[in-house]
Amino acid sequence: MTVPAVELVNVIKHFGDVVAVNDVNLKIEDGEFFSLLGPSGCGKTTTLRMIAGLETLTSGEILLRGKAIGQTPAFKRPVNTVFQNYALFPHLTVERNVAFGLEMHKIPKEEIKKRVAEALDMVLMGDLSRRRPNQLSGGQQQRIALARALVNRPEVLLLDEPLGALDLKLRKAMQLELKQLQEQVGITFIYVTHDQEEALTMSDRIAVMDEGKILQIGAPQEIYEHPNTRFVADFIGETNFLEGTVSDINGEAIDVSLDDHTIVKAHSDLSVQKGQKVGVVIRPEKINLASSGMVEGKVLEIIYIGTDTRYVVQLKDNTSITVREQNLNSTQANKYKRGDKVGLNWDPANAQVLKK
Amino acid sequence: MAIEPRTRRERITLGVLLSPGLFWLIFFFALPFLLIFIYSFLDRGKFGGLVWEFQFDNYIRFADQLYIRIFIRSIIIAAITTVICLLIGYPMAYWMALQPSRTRNTLLLVIMLPFWTNFVIRTYAWRMILARQGQINQLLIALNIITKENAPTYLNTNGAVILGLIYIWLVAMILACYASITGLDRSLLEAAQDLFANPVRTFFRVTLPLTLPGIISGSILVFVPSFGAFVTPDMLGGGKADMIGNLISQQFGEASDWPFGSAISTILMVVMLFGTLLYFRGLRREKVQS
Repeated sequence: MTVPAVELVNVIKHFGDVVAVNDVNLKIEDGEFFSLLGPSGCGKTTTLRMIAGLETLTSGEILLRGKAIGQTPAFKRPVNTVFQNYALFPHLTVERNVAFGLEMHKIPKEEIKKRVAEALDMVLMGDLSRRRPNQLSGGQQQRIALARALVNRPEVLLLDEPLGALDLKLRKAMQLELKQLQEQVGITFIYVTHDQEEALTMSDRIAVMDEGKILQIGAPQEIYEHPNTRFVADFIGETNFLEGTVSDINGEAIDVSLDDHTIVKAHSDLSVQKGQKVGVVIRPEKINLASSGMVEGKVLEIIYIGTDTRYVVQLKDNTSITVREQNLNSTQANKYKRGDKVGLNWDPANAQVLKK
Repeated sequence: MAIEPRTRRERITLGVLLSPGLFWLIFFFALPFLLIFIYSFLDRGKFGGLVWEFQFDNYIRFADQLYIRIFIRSIIIAAITTVICLLIGYPMAYWMALQPSRTRNTLLLVIMLPFWTNFVIRTYAWRMILARQGQINQLLIALNIITKENAPTYLNTNGAVILGLIYIWLVAMILACYASITGLDRSLLEAAQDLFANPVRTFFRVTLPLTLPGIISGSILVFVPSFGAFVTPDMLGGGKADMIGNLISQQFGEASDWPFGSAISTILMVVMLFGTLLYFRGLRREKVQS
């Protein structure tokens, strides 16, 4: 295998008594779109800032293409950052902002001019080169910040929630654009976000973080379909969580007995034992509603949301289960009424067993 | 933001609200200055007083080598004071701005503490320190660097005047610089580092240009009063018309030549006004840029 673009080895960061990043190990491949995903305060931004050199490491090492850079000051690292608030220099024009990094490398004026123009064209901002940052909209500033980083052709581009300040529609458009841009330039992107949908849309791989630790690393599909903890399951998309004990094991097919002795069929990649307390994670869209089924309950609420209808079903032990059904025809939402007794069924392969 | 009164009522309200400020400006600034301006074209009576005869003699009189030299010396002393205040004040303000907020407030208090004592008294303290038998020489004698016999006095020198002016006005420079440095967005400094600027280049390419308004206003706050100072040069400089402020106070005092004093005051005012105008134009350009 080739040398990873970025590798974090046992990276720890303390701020006083607070452990911000707790023993993170990570390998990010060359040309990958890699996301660090987690709630605020989970250490994702601190991790990114350590790669940029804007925070020192308490212990551990960071390797850039196999070379240790943990002690290298930020201005000597061949990585660039797109900051959350863009941090464009207010006293410089757009053009001079983008040229800043190249000027520091003492690149000939002619080449700077050419590369700045190219970078601005790439983010479709060529016409605005003479403007000042405060004359630009948030979306435009975001593009300039991107151009200012990319023009240096960094080994790795670090993005700290760059779309966080944009409105929803613009954010969606920029997600696709960012992804296309990344494929076009082929530079490794490390992207920090707390928005799971954003991470799923853009990333090749995602690392889900919580309390300074990485909980799971994998491709979006892997993380969504096979979350390894309840936290990951909860954080990535809507989910239902049932608790019970393992009552039968047949290879990867597991029977779980809920507290009211209902047996639910599930699936596990992990080795579990009979009698073990486990959780079962199942996504709302993977459950089918019928008049009877594996688990039974009554409809507590029906929420019509256009493309889907969301049912909240209360089980006998008062657990609430959310079910999403696609509105395949216009009367779909009228199929059940509040208070109806319904059964829930699912393909056991879609119900994931988690150790408690 | 322009205030545009729409109705009669609004116009009256605006007038009432603005009247204290207007009153102040008219009675304590415009009228006195107008008086001085008129006096500067009058003649001096034989025993002081004013003779109401319009003429330019007072201005022509100022174009004398003696007065020009005082004028230039005042500019040089004020300029040196300003530069030294900047060289001490800016780094100090920078350091203060980096402290946690509680420390910062304490430091601000400590810096303003001397202002609770009258500055004449504080300047007298410097007279004692700088005198031949003063604390500086006592220290140097104790260290065997000089002897009692060849101990110099530091009083009545340009150096003593500059020291006194720095002592009085440094705080204005610190506060002006501090205000603009605390307003500086730290993430811009990180962005500069991220874009390969070492600390020195980060300072000259980002920090300095963005805190320039503070430097300019601090410099004006130090230069203007230093240029027109008369108490400090009087007490530490020997008071023999060292600076233009002394010259003016002499004309109004001992010389009883109000018209000439008024002419010098007017010249001083015009010079300062031009300086300030240049400053504001600079600021506007800065604003357009940022």
